[in-house]
Amino acid sequence: MSTQELAIDTTVEMITLTIDGFEVSVPKGTLVIRAAEKLGIQIPRFCDHPLLDPVGACRQCLVEIEVNGRKFPKPQASCTIPVEPGMIVNTQLTSAVADKAQQGVMELLLINHPLDCAVCDKGGECPLQNQAMSNGGEESRFEGTKRTFEKPISISSQVLLDRERCILCARCTRFSEEIAGDPFITLNERGALQQVGIYEKEPFESYFSGNTVQICPVGALTGASYRFRARPFDLISTPSACEHCASGCDMRTDVRRGKTLRRLAGDDASVNEEWNCDKGRWAFKYVNANDRITTPLIRDEGGRLREASWPEALALAAKGLKENRSAVLVGGRVTLEDAYGYSKFARVALKTNDIDFRSRVTSKEERNFLASHVVGTQINYRDLDKADQIVLLGFEAEEESPIVFLRLYKQVRKRELKITAVAPFASRGNKKLKAELIATQAGSEASAISKISNLSNKSVILIGERLSESTGAISAAVTLATSSGAKLAWIPRRAGERGALEAGAIPNLLPGARPVSDSVARVDLQAAWGVSGLPSNPGLDSDEILKEVERGSIRALLVGGVDPLDISPDYQTIMEKAFVVSLEIRHSAVTQIANVVFPVAAVVEKSGTFINWESRGRFFEAAVPDSLSRSDVRILSMLADEMDSSINLPTVSSARDEFNSLGTWHHRESFTPVSGISPSIASDKANLCSWRLLLDAGSLQDGENNLAGTAHPSVAMISKNRADALDVNDGELIRISTSRGQITLPCQIDQIEDGSVWVPRNSANSKVIESLGITSGEVSVVKA
Amino acid sequence: MSNFHLEPRPSGAIQKAAEQSLPVTGTEPAGFFTQLKGFWVTFSTMFKKPNTIEYPEVKPEVAPGFHGRHQLNRYEDGLEKCIGCELCAWACPADAIYVEGENNSEGNQISPGERYAKVYQINYLRCIFCGLCIEACPTRALTMTNEYEIADDTREKLIWEKGDLLAPLRAGMLMPPHPMYPESDHHNYYRNEIRESHPSQDTTGGGQSR
Ligand code: SF4
Ligand code: SF4
Ligand code: SF4
Ligand code: SF4
Ligand code: FES
Repeated sequence: MSTQELAIDTTVEMITLTIDGFEVSVPKGTLVIRAAEKLGIQIPRFCDHPLLDPVGACRQCLVEIEVNGRKFPKPQASCTIPVEPGMIVNTQLTSAVADKAQQGVMELLLINHPLDCAVCDKGGECPLQNQAMSNGGEESRFEGTKRTFEKPISISSQVLLDRERCILCARCTRFSEEIAGDPFITLNERGALQQVGIYEKEPFESYFSGNTVQICPVGALTGASYRFRARPFDLISTPSACEHCASGCDMRTDVRRGKTLRRLAGDDASVNEEWNCDKGRWAFKYVNANDRITTPLIRDEGGRLREASWPEALALAAKGLKENRSAVLVGGRVTLEDAYGYSKFARVALKTNDIDFRSRVTSKEERNFLASHVVGTQINYRDLDKADQIVLLGFEAEEESPIVFLRLYKQVRKRELKITAVAPFASRGNKKLKAELIATQAGSEASAISKISNLSNKSVILIGERLSESTGAISAAVTLATSSGAKLAWIPRRAGERGALEAGAIPNLLPGARPVSDSVARVDLQAAWGVSGLPSNPGLDSDEILKEVERGSIRALLVGGVDPLDISPDYQTIMEKAFVVSLEIRHSAVTQIANVVFPVAAVVEKSGTFINWESRGRFFEAAVPDSLSRSDVRILSMLADEMDSSINLPTVSSARDEFNSLGTWHHRESFTPVSGISPSIASDKANLCSWRLLLDAGSLQDGENNLAGTAHPSVAMISKNRADALDVNDGELIRISTSRGQITLPCQIDQIEDGSVWVPRNSANSKVIESLGITSGEVSVVKA
Repeated sequence: MSNFHLEPRPSGAIQKAAEQSLPVTGTEPAGFFTQLKGFWVTFSTMFKKPNTIEYPEVKPEVAPGFHGRHQLNRYEDGLEKCIGCELCAWACPADAIYVEGENNSEGNQISPGERYAKVYQINYLRCIFCGLCIEACPTRALTMTNEYEIADDTREKLIWEKGDLLAPLRAGMLMPPHPMYPESDHHNYYRNEIRESHPSQDTTGGGQSR
């Protein structure tokens, strides 16, 4: 248990001891090395890590200890010994014996160390360099031949291991086992030949492998994409937030000459502790992709996109949006400030509530749930730590919110927290969580949820965004929560969804949780915005918006960073009918059909706030200095001015201040439960289920091949019975098809519910929406 | 000249200091002999050997340890000594050096071992020729030559690239990229055991010193 955690618990017993002549009181169970930290005394260390179990592997932290007047005969490892009352500790600062012992250990560590700092990525920020200077001898007495190994070997496509440099501290192996639950690396051999190795059968395909690179105290584990890129003094480091999921990791972005070279997990004990996932760490190259849009583009009479000046593009966009009935598709990746800009723009400049951030399968039930149970509420990671049971509904923690997974895994490992999952099969992540599985076909979640019992008011129900794909499931979850008193939390996949909800970028809510249907709330907002009227009818969901575009009643669309395939497989023919204004970072499917395109800033180039699933604001400043790109809200403000209906949000900070000044409305929409319907699947067909994997074909992962190399291979999962019926063996190709198209993938025979077939939703060779046109429902499965 | 005006301080301290520091003691012109002394210096110089050097026709020799422009050296087989470690850039007090490292890969071995400098620039608008970079370099890749004619007419031209700084190929050297000497690794290079290139290192089939 970390000191922070111990300190939170106020009932804990305090123990007083003396270190280097100073008295200090610390909670019982604290390690000597950490008690010394509290006094500002730094004992050198390598293997010790506050979030990992102590092992005492490196012996660098030796100190002299005396308990009850009796001295330990030899110096002791301060990272493994808990404090005791009246203990007297003498570190290297006051004990010649401890100092000599530390110097001896350092000399031993350096015997086999190559000292190739000049070509080592850790050089300049290396604990071994630093502590060899502070706690080592001046000269080596070693004259023999050093142990050598083949220089770096890849333990995965993104992590390289230089065994010569490894000091066998076991931080990496402990992390993999204790924190990530992926024990793919281990310490092999013994003595001088001891080395970190991978299990031969299983590749090191952990979603969290980057953390081992960050905590390795030497340059033994390095990231392939940062290899030889820079020295610490070249980098400008900026605290930032992760744009990849709703976990809300604190991050640090390191930039050299305007280019992001690496991102590291930040240190936030209440959210990501000191970890992040590999996507957050390594997926940032999309910012520097060749297809970045740098100037406004407009479509000329010949139908070709051409570069245009800002005034020309603004005038054209304003004209198109003003003359037609317009709607707004925001997408789930924008910051709170930008979402607020879209929200206000829709209401004030376009005078419509047809705005939706949910570019995915949606339902009226979901938006009713979001407006009644999610917006304006707060729940946090501590609630997960303290829960007596967790229920996962339409939510694969490891794939869809990896830091939530790490939190759950921590509690599972520590106190066998009970986890129940409603899913078609036990995924790898859920197996690690030892989750009790309620095997359920896609579409019949509602009846499965209604059978869950034994929840208490200390239980937490985690609802993923995919639960909205199953009619009545959210209602069943709400009923379950109401009857048991359990807490409800909604965990979307994308980083911007919660912020967009709070900002009212949804058809039934205005900013600050004001229901559109509540006339008092509307008047309140009208006064705050200084406008004369706000549209009073709840607007259309994203799929309905596209339907109206198809019917020709909505004739203009404002689109902000949306992959339209997420909403409809036929987006192209539909959206071509409308006048499309798009705010984008890079050329995309929308650029192909847009009439006006404005370039916007990527996350590292702007400041903003993401709201994570807890409803915690994650504010960040621009990491790349002097970027010319503008945040969406700035462009929307210019566009509104051009339309003569100003939204007056010229900067990100003005949008943030205005949003904060609105406050949260006190009154919520009421929830109207919807009853579930069970899907009817013909007996010769299968029921498709799918979700996105953490590492897949998502556009924010473009350009990072090393990362893509650790994505899990695309497979279609079927049950043993179905495999027998189809006469296929594990690994043979099967074809899944609908009237629209097909997907052919190698099959994996697993304990999946018999009626179902599972495929990854957006991976290589498996683009479900594009190929099949559906995300769940009836498909035929044949041997290919 | 004397139109700057000092605000009188209450203590008159500045005034006092100014008066005390004035060396002029009298106002009369110097006497005849005193003047003659001055002219004598001028006159006698007419018979001395002039110090003027007819630069640029005549180029003076500089002392052996002179800090001239830099050079990036090679091993005897032509591989570059620089490993792109950036220690020179780190040491430089004028922030004149810019280095980007890169991975040596099979088919693209530029220097021995894992790492080479993909980009190496010295900005001679900034360099103060202190030589600290030379001391920092762990491989003796960077040294200074006696060459001092660096002046140029644009800022861009004064940023020297790796190609400008690299030592020319001497006899026995091969133009990288080429593999390391057979049966050797970077340690042999660092111990200076590679004395010339080996025919098998020439992967182009051409002769030496292209
Ligand atoms: S791990 Fe540290 S001490 Fe070892 S070579 Fe790298 S920088 Fe030098
Ligand atoms: S690879 Fe790094 S973290 Fe792992 S045991 Fe070696 S030194 Fe420790
Ligand atoms: S000589 Fe001095 S100023 Fe010039 S590059 Fe070297 S370290 Fe920098
Ligand atoms: S010149 Fe020397 S110090 Fe500079 S990068 Fe090359 S090897 Fe390193
Ligand atoms: S830090 Fe204590 S033994 Fe490694």
